[in-house]
Amino acid sequence: MSQSYDRGIVESFGRWREFSAGMWAWIFHKLTGWILVGYLFTHIAVLSTAIEPGTIAAAGDGEFYTSTLQGLEELLIVRFLEVGLLAVAVFHIMNGIRLLFVDLGIGLTSQDKSFYASLVLTGAITVASIPTFLAGVL
Amino acid sequence: MAEHYSSFNRGTWRWFLQRVTAVFLIGALAFHFVMLHFVNHAASITFAGTEARMGGILYFTLMMTFLVTAAFHGINGVYNALINMGLKGTQKKVVAAILVVAGIALIVQGTRVAIAMSPMF
Repeated sequence: MSQSYDRGIVESFGRWREFSAGMWAWIFHKLTGWILVGYLFTHIAVLSTAIEPGTIAAAGDGEFYTSTLQGLEELLIVRFLEVGLLAVAVFHIMNGIRLLFVDLGIGLTSQDKSFYASLVLTGAITVASIPTFLAGVL
Repeated sequence: MAEHYSSFNRGTWRWFLQRVTAVFLIGALAFHFVMLHFVNHAASITFAGTEARMGGILYFTLMMTFLVTAAFHGINGVYNALINMGLKGTQKKVVAAILVVAGIALIVQGTRVAIAMSPMF
């Protein structure tokens, strides 16, 4: 049976200096989760405007879809936002794998180290992906 | 023994499904990013390319499963986060209803978009 303890109000960010690695992992996982679910709705909305079923956008050879997506990709800000989205997604995946292990009771004693590993891997994958994401606009 | 803490009520179906969808989404999200940013560069995406990918039954099924699991995982995650922040009583019921409606709307619209992209329909 799981135990719980009184951790106070976590959202009291005035206590941030007292936060442990596990607390930061929890905050970052929640933050990246909010961003990802927000993006999911945005993603479907953007695709819908480009290919709204039953309208002129969906008719013909899909030229409107192609020009909408390629038009967005010409914007530098979109490319930077995509790099940000990648960082958010990679962290959520890495820390998610860590959480699955924690739930299985594996590596509990090194859960702080696995959080730092998640951060390092996220940073490395994001930095390595920047040239691909910015190709053609810089 | 390390003290265990989870914001979920362990053993509930939502707790279990959140983890099952997590396992699937680890692969699906990574695949989606690799396919549409590295294998096919995002700036080079055309309707013809999208249509070709969505014309494959396996790819189409994967994307539909991705949509449903991501919608569940995301919306259930938001619900858990709000409960964790103190949501209860009538407010909890109202928020749950809004989230269910939002989730269904997301899946319905996502499905319409997927069908419009696929030459199978």
